[in-house]
Amino acid sequence: MVKINGEELNIAGKSISEFLATTNYDPKRIAVERNGDIVPKAQYDETMLCDGDVVEVVSFVGGG
Amino acid sequence: MNNDKLIIGGHEFNSRFILGSGKYSMKLIEAAVKDAGAEIITLAVRRANTKDQENILDYIPEGVTLLPNTSGARNAQEAVRIARLARELGCGNFVKIEIMRDSKYLLPDNQETIKATEILANEGFVVMPYMYPDLNVARDLVNAGAASVMPLASPIGSNKGLATKEFIQILIDEIDVPIIVDAGIGRPSQACEAMEMGVSAIMANTALATAGDLPLMASAFKNAIEAGRKAYLAGLGRVLTRGASASDPLTGFLRD
Repeated sequence: MVKINGEELNIAGKSISEFLATTNYDPKRIAVERNGDIVPKAQYDETMLCDGDVVEVVSFVGGG
Repeated sequence: MNNDKLIIGGHEFNSRFILGSGKYSMKLIEAAVKDAGAEIITLAVRRANTKDQENILDYIPEGVTLLPNTSGARNAQEAVRIARLARELGCGNFVKIEIMRDSKYLLPDNQETIKATEILANEGFVVMPYMYPDLNVARDLVNAGAASVMPLASPIGSNKGLATKEFIQILIDEIDVPIIVDAGIGRPSQACEAMEMGVSAIMANTALATAGDLPLMASAFKNAIEAGRKAYLAGLGRVLTRGASASDPLTGFLRD
């Protein structure tokens, strides 16, 4: 299982690109962190998600 | 006045009104930016929502500098993490550091803010720390690489105005980077007063988000901030300690 934004998903073995393709995220508008390290966009294809990974997908929202 | 630029980390701005984007509809952002004449807008970083098709960036006019904040951070390490993610989102290297340990008063943790400022300034960020107005802390922030300091006027979202006026004045007098009053400014008159004192810019969010007509209030703040700046540059007239001083000639009265 891979924890994405706090939710356990059965996507171990997929790349970040493959995972993103299954979602509504706009790749241009997000940043991805895997196990505390930022994953540059250029590495989405080659970065494989492993069992136990903790991933955060973030974007900008309104704020002060 | 045309040469009167706000310079933050080597970047020049004509507007001295930094606009928040929280607590109101994205659809109002364009009008708010336009009527505020704002060139900088703050944003927050949060977990992306797969259900939302809309993104706030689609509503921010081109050419406006984005100032992501680190809200949600409880210590320096969390602020650094959020700042790095914000930069990865690809909208520049400005960051407003915001570190809070308590959720009741939302007061900034000055010590952790100094630590985060040093780390992020060393990583090339233009660091704008939100802080409780304390001269020693402001000096430490500048030494740590802050491009400006952002003292609070009163608690975030309170609209209570310049409760920390005396201490902000000390920062104006002693600190060489731009002093930007952030948090608590509720009325245009309060923004004007801070500008008259000599702060470099005003950041406002709640004052607009809770106003009856947001774009109209943005415009009111714009005028107030410009008026205060002009008054500061002009130099305010003196205040008498006692008595009065006639504005009219004291000769040529129509009497014997």
